Amino acid sequence: MASRPGVSHARKSLLVQGLTFGATAAVLWWLAHNMSANLERRGLSLGFGFLQQPANFEIGDTAWLRFSPEQSVGRAILVGLLNTARVSALGCVLAIAIGFVVGVLRLSHNPALRGVMRAGVEVVRNTPLLLLLLFLYASLQGLPSASHALEPAPGWFLSGRGLVLPAIAFSALTMWLAALLVLALVLRRRLGAMGARVIAGLLATVVLSMLVRHPSVEAAHLVGFNFVGGTTLSPEFAALLSALVLHHAAHISEVVRGAILSVPRGQRDAARALGLSRFQTLRMVTIPLALRAMVPLLATSCVSLIKNSSLAVAIGFPDVVSILNTTGNQTGHNIETMCIMIVVYLSLSLAVAAALNRYNTSLLALEAQLP
Amino acid sequence: MSEMASPSRPANASALRARIRSSFATPLNSALSLAMCACVLAIAVPLVRWALLDATWKGTASDCRAAPAGACWAFIGHKLSFIIFGLYPGAEHWRPVLATAVLLALIVMTALPRWWNRWLVLAWVAGLSVAFVMMRGIAGLTVVNSREWGGLPVTIMLTAMGLALGFPLGVLLALGRRSRHAVPRAIAGTIVEVVRGVPLIAVLYLAVLVFPLALPTGLEVDKLLLAQVAVAIFAAAYLAEAVRAGLQMVPRGRMEAALALGLGRWQAMRLVVLPEALRIVVPSFISIAVGFFQDTSLIVIIGLFDLLNTARLAAQDPAWLGFYTEAFVFVGIIYFCGSAALSRYGLWLEWRLAAARRNLQEAR
Repeated sequence: MASRPGVSHARKSLLVQGLTFGATAAVLWWLAHNMSANLERRGLSLGFGFLQQPANFEIGDTAWLRFSPEQSVGRAILVGLLNTARVSALGCVLAIAIGFVVGVLRLSHNPALRGVMRAGVEVVRNTPLLLLLLFLYASLQGLPSASHALEPAPGWFLSGRGLVLPAIAFSALTMWLAALLVLALVLRRRLGAMGARVIAGLLATVVLSMLVRHPSVEAAHLVGFNFVGGTTLSPEFAALLSALVLHHAAHISEVVRGAILSVPRGQRDAARALGLSRFQTLRMVTIPLALRAMVPLLATSCVSLIKNSSLAVAIGFPDVVSILNTTGNQTGHNIETMCIMIVVYLSLSLAVAAALNRYNTSLLALEAQLP
Repeated sequence: MSEMASPSRPANASALRARIRSSFATPLNSALSLAMCACVLAIAVPLVRWALLDATWKGTASDCRAAPAGACWAFIGHKLSFIIFGLYPGAEHWRPVLATAVLLALIVMTALPRWWNRWLVLAWVAGLSVAFVMMRGIAGLTVVNSREWGGLPVTIMLTAMGLALGFPLGVLLALGRRSRHAVPRAIAGTIVEVVRGVPLIAVLYLAVLVFPLALPTGLEVDKLLLAQVAVAIFAAAYLAEAVRAGLQMVPRGRMEAALALGLGRWQAMRLVVLPEALRIVVPSFISIAVGFFQDTSLIVIIGLFDLLNTARLAAQDPAWLGFYTEAFVFVGIIYFCGSAALSRYGLWLEWRLAAARRNLQEAR
């Protein structure tokens, strides 16, 4: 044996691998066997046919897709997915924006400003997100009824029914021009030197088009006990969105602060020595350098925000988890709905991980080009 | 706005300009400070009035409703035992107190680096068993079903047990992911990625709704136990990633040196590489622990009674309906103290470990 270590090693490796594989397969087989026996006993069968059945439940909060109880379970799940997407997309944008500002302000030279920001961040970071969510939801429900709604700004109504905002409708012309502007922003690298001028021109025409054809603003008004017109954010949506934004903005502000502190002091000093003002240094030197350290952490923060949006279940906002859970309990197809849930979240996490890997590779390639 | 206009700046025209600029900046700076003070006052004054001056400290719900401008701490006073202990029988409250004390003592012991040795493992096994037996009841003590457990002991038990069970499992998963063999690598990788890729709620649902279906017919498993295992597995996946990062940071030379000295691979891993890796990742363990202390509150969703849920239910009692703010503020303070203490400890530990490392380098 001692004279042929290679062979003995290979044999041992094979043995170890075979044993782990066998043990795992045995456990999985046992679980699957039990499951099929249990399902048979309850007269259930696996399969995704139930997705075509009518859902038989109402969804309180829908956007973009209308939904009624006689429509299919599959469509209900799609509505839930859209709700998750709606709250997460808005939440990510707001959390990053607020977190960025707070993170930068926490490094301010003004002790009072720094202290206030720090206190806020500490309070949010040291309490559970679910507590924040339940607290906000309970506070929103404690608001007066629609007929006694608070009006913090003209056309804005805050009541137990949620937040009602004026609806703004832009003319078709403005929408098309705005779409062109977005396209130009996306392709800004391709446009090269022209880019800045094209974007500025488009921005000007968007503003002009709004002057030519005013966007119509329709404020809500009270009819009986309810609001008519305007855009309504349900209390569930408003509570979930604000809890997610507060919680993740606090975490993101720490990320931003850490990333800015990680920029070598010499870079800042050099920029200051070149005569840049403090704000210019921050904008043109520190933040671009910090951004590299930040981007992966911001992306993980966003993924965790999307995962945390599943707390919607606790206050009855119909996100994808809540709808899958309802259908699972109603139809008895819990196994299938759990599979859908896992696939949805896992594909999201894996997609973000892949994008981050690409980002890191491109960053490494960029650094390799530097002298 | 400039303490950074430091004395090292050369005394020439640009220094003069900087000084002019900073003096122009000063009114802005002072205005900013004033605005912040106003902000703090605008929040603090109503808060103090609500929480202290206008608050109702004694009496019944009708006394509180008579003074709606202030907090109703009488509600917390009446409901304190329910919020802290849930439905646990009143005469037996000393048992959860004892169990929690044992767990807290274990946590404090684990927090002090001087106790980091093999006896600690034994202490955890013994302590967790004692805590469980005290809660459940044995030999002459009335048996209290886990359906009646609730409040702070449940929160602390889920956190402590989840991390204590998750830690060895996490180390195992991390070693599996770093294994030379493809099969353990694939299995550990799949477990870690799947668990980290889904929300905790999905893991809890899976444990409570689907996992019982995969057990032999007729075997009933306690819901709290299922939740506990789910939390432990969730913790394990996150701890595994931290340990893996630590293992990657240990220089290859350590392993090679240990092998050259004649240690086996497992021995080298256990005696040389793993201890060093674990020391590196202690700070990230702390932040994971803070996260888990807070995340245990999610068991509300599967209908178990942790601290947050008992507080919420207290405010749903018809006699005291609607005092949600007081309930949430009260448990919020408990969560805040626990999390802040843990984070402070993490900072202290980081400082201490860094100092130890510096001393080591100087000694060389």
